[in-house]
Amino acid sequence: MKYQTNLIFDLPQTGDNANRILKKCDVIKPNFAEFYGEHLLREKDLNIPNLSEIQVLRHYTNMSAKNFGVENGPYPLGSCTMKYNPKVNENMANLPGFRNTHPLQPTETVQGNLTLLYNLEQQLNDIFGMDHFTFQPSAGAHGELTGIMMIKAYHEANEDFERTVMLIPDSAHGTNPASAAMAEFEIREIKSNADGLVDVEDLKQKIDDKIAGIMLTNPNTLGLFEKEVKEITGLIHEAGGLCYYDGANANAILMQTRPGDMGFDVVHLNVHKTFGTPHGGGGPGAGPVGIKKILEPFLPKPVIKKLDADQTKFILDYDRPQSIGKVRAFTGSFSVCVKTYAYILAYGKQGLAEVSEAAVANARYLLERVRDSYHVPYQEPAMHEFIITAAWQKEKYGIITTDIAKRLIDYGYHPPTVYFPLIVQEAMMFEPTDTETLEGLEGLADALNAIAKEATENPDLLKNAPHNMSITRPDETKAARNPILKV
Amino acid sequence: MSGYIPTSREKRAELLESVGLKLDNLFDAIPDEIKIKDKNFSGLNAQGLSEQEIIAQLTNLAERNQRVDQYDSYLGAGFYDHYSPAVIDHIIGRQEFLTSYTPYQAEMSQGTLQAIFEWQSYICRLTGLDVSNSSIYDGASAAAEALLLTCRQTKKDKVWVSEGLNPEYLATIKTYFHAAGLEVEIGALNEQGTAAGTYPSGDDYAGFLIQSPNFFGIVEDMRELVKKAEQNQVLSVVSCDLISLAMFKSPGEVGVDIACGEAQPLGIPLNFGGPAVGFLAAKQKLMRKMPGRIAGQTTDTEGKIAYVLTLQAREQHIRREKATSNICTSQALLATAATIYLALNGRSGLKEVAEQSAAKAIYLHNKLIQTGLFEAIYNKPFFREFAVKLRYGGSLDALNKKLLEHRVIGGLALSDDVWLLAVTEKKSKKAMDDFVALVANLIRHENVLGG
Repeated sequence: MKYQTNLIFDLPQTGDNANRILKKCDVIKPNFAEFYGEHLLREKDLNIPNLSEIQVLRHYTNMSAKNFGVENGPYPLGSCTMKYNPKVNENMANLPGFRNTHPLQPTETVQGNLTLLYNLEQQLNDIFGMDHFTFQPSAGAHGELTGIMMIKAYHEANEDFERTVMLIPDSAHGTNPASAAMAEFEIREIKSNADGLVDVEDLKQKIDDKIAGIMLTNPNTLGLFEKEVKEITGLIHEAGGLCYYDGANANAILMQTRPGDMGFDVVHLNVHKTFGTPHGGGGPGAGPVGIKKILEPFLPKPVIKKLDADQTKFILDYDRPQSIGKVRAFTGSFSVCVKTYAYILAYGKQGLAEVSEAAVANARYLLERVRDSYHVPYQEPAMHEFIITAAWQKEKYGIITTDIAKRLIDYGYHPPTVYFPLIVQEAMMFEPTDTETLEGLEGLADALNAIAKEATENPDLLKNAPHNMSITRPDETKAARNPILKV
Repeated sequence: MSGYIPTSREKRAELLESVGLKLDNLFDAIPDEIKIKDKNFSGLNAQGLSEQEIIAQLTNLAERNQRVDQYDSYLGAGFYDHYSPAVIDHIIGRQEFLTSYTPYQAEMSQGTLQAIFEWQSYICRLTGLDVSNSSIYDGASAAAEALLLTCRQTKKDKVWVSEGLNPEYLATIKTYFHAAGLEVEIGALNEQGTAAGTYPSGDDYAGFLIQSPNFFGIVEDMRELVKKAEQNQVLSVVSCDLISLAMFKSPGEVGVDIACGEAQPLGIPLNFGGPAVGFLAAKQKLMRKMPGRIAGQTTDTEGKIAYVLTLQAREQHIRREKATSNICTSQALLATAATIYLALNGRSGLKEVAEQSAAKAIYLHNKLIQTGLFEAIYNKPFFREFAVKLRYGGSLDALNKKLLEHRVIGGLALSDDVWLLAVTEKKSKKAMDDFVALVANLIRHENVLGG
């Protein structure tokens, strides 16, 4: 689709849809100027176009053709776990019995919703080795903030006000330091060692009585398992801190090991990564947060509880004096939780163990297939994702990671995550996920090897890529210097 | 092959062997002491369920709920049951919008990026402000982020919030501000249920925030907010309702610095409260301090118009702990849904939705007062929601319980005797007439209020 799509505001206006969509008003409209007073009312109508239904449909349908989704082809965006989003889960989330319930309905009228959330909590407790989950956070980073707030509340409840430092590895996602900073923590960075793992000696030196805790991703953002995780969480606990598990890479460990058993006190999940809920071009997500019992008093409220008198009935408990409060309105991204629940039901214990197995197997296989074509910075065995770099291509042919990523688009594949983690130069992070097909894996490997060859023979092919999309490379500097953010 | 995994274990083992690896060694990096050995957990099935079984289980759960399309509901208080045109689900169900990631690779994401750009444009046109972000979790977190923005901009650490704000939003602001070590001062409403005359003085505030229409449905006069804010060198923030802006003056028109709120009323299903979609818009001067993703227009190497994520120097993946917020998720798909709602309804449709909602709320209010059983708690004009009080006392909880037996979900009981009721354009005159008659009958003849 090479043609340009106008903005919706540029379409010729053909009249309004109001009478087609809405019923006629069956009460008399009062004189609004009299009721509200002129000073409150708008003088002119809104400046938004009146369009016909077919105009709107064509507009957005044509725009959608300029997007790439998981159903188009491999989407090996590392750390994002772009696996298949089961269709039936969309149908389930849209069941009218879920869709048409208001968040403030009396709890006796939403027992189906509360049962689902309660069951999902039990499942997640099992899968991650935690004691409780809250579904209030709307996304992974929101979950991080919620978890960090609970850690802060825990230290405050112990009158431990001097614990103001959060330890974070230099390979961490940017959200970790950003979330900790929102809760007023000072960030102390821990170095990675030559193998790409937390440098435990460096960690020991950075532990003192000011630490509130540590935020760790495992497997880490280099796709490597932190083997010394038990020692790390032990050291933190000994020093009076708590351990936070960033669940971004949980797809690699499903039913193999559990953050709870690694010694973590708080866990957040990105359900679009681990449990296949669609990412929607940026959201909506859900970021359930799991905790160990010591943090229970601080959970956001309300908490779903079984009724004492009748164990088959659920209520929302607001009477929680030590709660951190609320991190958003109502109980959370409910319909995203419905999809998560349906996903877990589709797999069961054995199935989830196969998810992590397939995720790791696919990453390992792909890495071996391209190992001779690209620089591999770390030799520890990769888990569900791996990093290669454009170091060789850059040195010899002036080809950078961006060029390789953009050339992959010409082959019909979504690029990997690029230039992350920040500690690796020219990084490309690939995560094929558990639902990648054989032909997808082989095709990706063939394309990457072919691109490495093209870099030697015809570097311009890479530098000018992509060649077949609706646009060529956009000028991002211009976008930031002279921001045009609306029309 | 379990669930949706497309390869068999045998094939997987074969693939790995072809490159010198073994299926059994995949997890060798995990120390034995933390490997799961006993998978005998309580909450999980051993085996996955078939698609048919999943449908049966979830349908059963869904049917255990009572729903607003089968009951006559008067709940609002932040989430409103407006009509969602059929087109919306069809478009946002397209996998190209549904399954794609945050548009980091612009060449492969022009659909999402243009949709966000159009959302930003609509939000600016509705709120009358200069810059909008690509959306934010919900109305409550948008209010918290808006106030944090005032603190960043002014380098002051205290804000003032009118109690006319939705209590769920207020609770969220308190949580965010406590964690950040910042102070929230709450201003009680005046006797007429508005913020007029309640603003504090002093230049130690970063921002003043009011909601309009406020929690009791009353349309606030934002002029005083702007005046007081300017006098005290404070940023003004309004948490507003986008549908109401088809009728009322916009925050930007009046001179407000920041508008935020919840866009769920724009055709997003209730879904038991989530996902929601918050918006945040501000004057130009605040652009580089905004939280969240922002899409911008630029050109490609051939000069064609292109869209990209921009002003990323504000964000966590670049600035880490110095970022304007930790937020990375937008509600892109729902923002797109809301944009389609605005495109389909247009200015005429949105105005009609607003006017019908207001007209019906006024109708219901008057009918309830005419029964002689209720009185208005405030006599200021409201939009689609209002609070009434039982004239002779009693328990609204008991009334609400009784109403359920008649397939009616009553208003929100704010206390024993104060009832908050909301209606939208979907509500019919007949439903309201029947409701008022039922309420009057239950109180007069069945003594449901007790006493």
